Amino acid sequence: MTARFSASGNRSLSNKAARTFKTFPMAGVMKRAGPSMLASAFLAFAPVGGATGTGAEKGRALFDQCKRCHQVGSGATHRIGPHLNGIFGRGAGSIEDYRYSSAMKAAGREGLVWTEETLDEFLADPRGMIPRTRMGVAGMESGEDRAALLTWLLDFSGDGGGLPTAERTSTPEEYGLDPRILEVAGDPEYGAYLSSQCTTCHSAEGDERGIPSISHWPADDFVIAMHAYKQGKREHPVMQLVARQLSDEEIASLAAHFLAAGHEP
Amino acid sequence: MSAAAASTALASPAVLAQARPRVVVVGGGAGGATVARYIAKDSKGAIDVTLVEPTRAYYSCFFSNLYIGGFRDFDSIGHSYGALAARYGINVVHDWAVGVDRDGKSVALAGGGTLGYDRLVLSPGIDFKPGSVPGWDLTEQNRMPHAYKAGSQTQLLKSQVEAMPEGGVYCMVAPPNPFRCPPGPYERISMVAHMLKQSNPSAKILIVDPKEKFSKQGLFEDGWQRHYPGMIERVGPDFGGDSVEVRPASMEVVIDGEATGVDVCNVIPAQQAGRIAAAAEITNDSGWAPVVPHGMQSRVDENIHVLGDASLQGDMPKSGFSANSQAKVCAMAVRGALTDSKVFPARFSNTCWSLIGTDDGVKVGASYEATDEKIAKTDGFISQTGESADVRKATYEESLGWYAAISEDMFS
Repeated sequence: MTARFSASGNRSLSNKAARTFKTFPMAGVMKRAGPSMLASAFLAFAPVGGATGTGAEKGRALFDQCKRCHQVGSGATHRIGPHLNGIFGRGAGSIEDYRYSSAMKAAGREGLVWTEETLDEFLADPRGMIPRTRMGVAGMESGEDRAALLTWLLDFSGDGGGLPTAERTSTPEEYGLDPRILEVAGDPEYGAYLSSQCTTCHSAEGDERGIPSISHWPADDFVIAMHAYKQGKREHPVMQLVARQLSDEEIASLAAHFLAAGHEP
Repeated sequence: MSAAAASTALASPAVLAQARPRVVVVGGGAGGATVARYIAKDSKGAIDVTLVEPTRAYYSCFFSNLYIGGFRDFDSIGHSYGALAARYGINVVHDWAVGVDRDGKSVALAGGGTLGYDRLVLSPGIDFKPGSVPGWDLTEQNRMPHAYKAGSQTQLLKSQVEAMPEGGVYCMVAPPNPFRCPPGPYERISMVAHMLKQSNPSAKILIVDPKEKFSKQGLFEDGWQRHYPGMIERVGPDFGGDSVEVRPASMEVVIDGEATGVDVCNVIPAQQAGRIAAAAEITNDSGWAPVVPHGMQSRVDENIHVLGDASLQGDMPKSGFSANSQAKVCAMAVRGALTDSKVFPARFSNTCWSLIGTDDGVKVGASYEATDEKIAKTDGFISQTGESADVRKATYEESLGWYAAISEDMFS
């Protein structure tokens, strides 16, 4: 896989390892200010001083594009995507308890290891590199942006020490939603019936071709996303239409179903 | 929703008595394949499901235009029934259903057999109304293909377009409402134009249309202006589009008494429910089979359900997506009736994507609810003219994801 990568101006792992590992006084600044936290999160994560401050700030800001699916840092867990702690040097699709696409696992078996170079290629065009990956995002065009993001990520996920607390992938507050939507109980059996409406477009197998996979999504992320569509705070005409038909209980039921069931054999 | 009324298939007396309730499904398309799969899958073997479908390979009407336009290869729109048999134990019978004995609750097959049922699901799609286009009948379908049931007809039409003389004329005789896939004829025009623009740019396209207006009209006409300026002409009813006759022997189309020679003539006749619905005597004067929306049951016979294009249900367009959506409601109703499994309120939705040119996709969609009178539209959306190229490309890519997912939802 790595043979297809055309590096231009990327720093090597060994150079990076020589850099000082920064620690961040996160406990205080991680507190959320309210619905407008998206804009302020960038500032909250900015390191206080330090030689590489500007690059790290940029990388942190760019991670906003990733954080709806990925967590990194202390306490990070798998969400829609796998957590990114310790990703550098790890084989693709190799964490035991995350359900990767079969394409990602196959890439790992063929020897793909995540390095700055391979991650740079992947971020530039995920489906160009691994056509059936579940990471169905368009890719980050700018090489400078990718380098900044990877630099920041390498700082945080390089080892276990000094990591900030992992940010939540999504919160009701970021869409101005009532946090009580997360407390609504769902009926997985009802969710299973309702889900048949979803699988017309969202592959039950979890394939990722033009329409995102929703199998095995964490329930909170699912509920927040659907309510955001319902309130018109996430854009997509089909999803807004679907969400507008669903009650709070029905959304919770779907979340319960997709978390547990995914594809039934 | 509470789980208070929960009961399981295994508790059903019918199962304990060892004679499993029998469901026969006629027609293996978006309605029939889906309902067979969902009943078998969700009843976990408690219901005996037989699917009657004459063809061994299903070629989807949806995306068949993309094959004509060169965006898909033919094999990619073909599907087998193998997994339905192997994975879910569905008895797939490749034969024609030719009659229904409603009192005796059995289906007669062309091959001579009969199949008894407790519930019958008819999802036969469309047939053409005889005489709707004077001069055309099925014996002329090789001279003037309809290509409105996908398969060899689709391949024939594509090859005829490829063989058109330089500067030749492709004519489509468009159908009157209601018909399968409302945007389908106009997506086909887009795909034929896309192909001709590359191989035969001086060719012309003529649409003879009995309708005042058509699905996604503004979006198609805007796209045709941008991609294929000067190539496409549409003759509506005010200029004789509703008074057309064809002469296959001389390859002429007669519009309001005036004959025009054409090189390819794609005749899409007026439509009615697939003939088994009429044979079962569950259709009305419209040619379609009226249903009760809540479980897609025939209004004539409560032991028969009708899905998809053949049904007269209200506001949903006749589309593969609609048939698939109705099939899930029907599967739940049939399971509830035969095994006492839980029945939830009916939900229906539909989205139709159309491709106008390379990476230029548009869509229209709606959601529906079941009322006693009809399936009633509750909400909807449509793509807008002037959308960015990125939005149109994403819409097209979405349609690829939908095709993969619905194929899986029917056959895998």
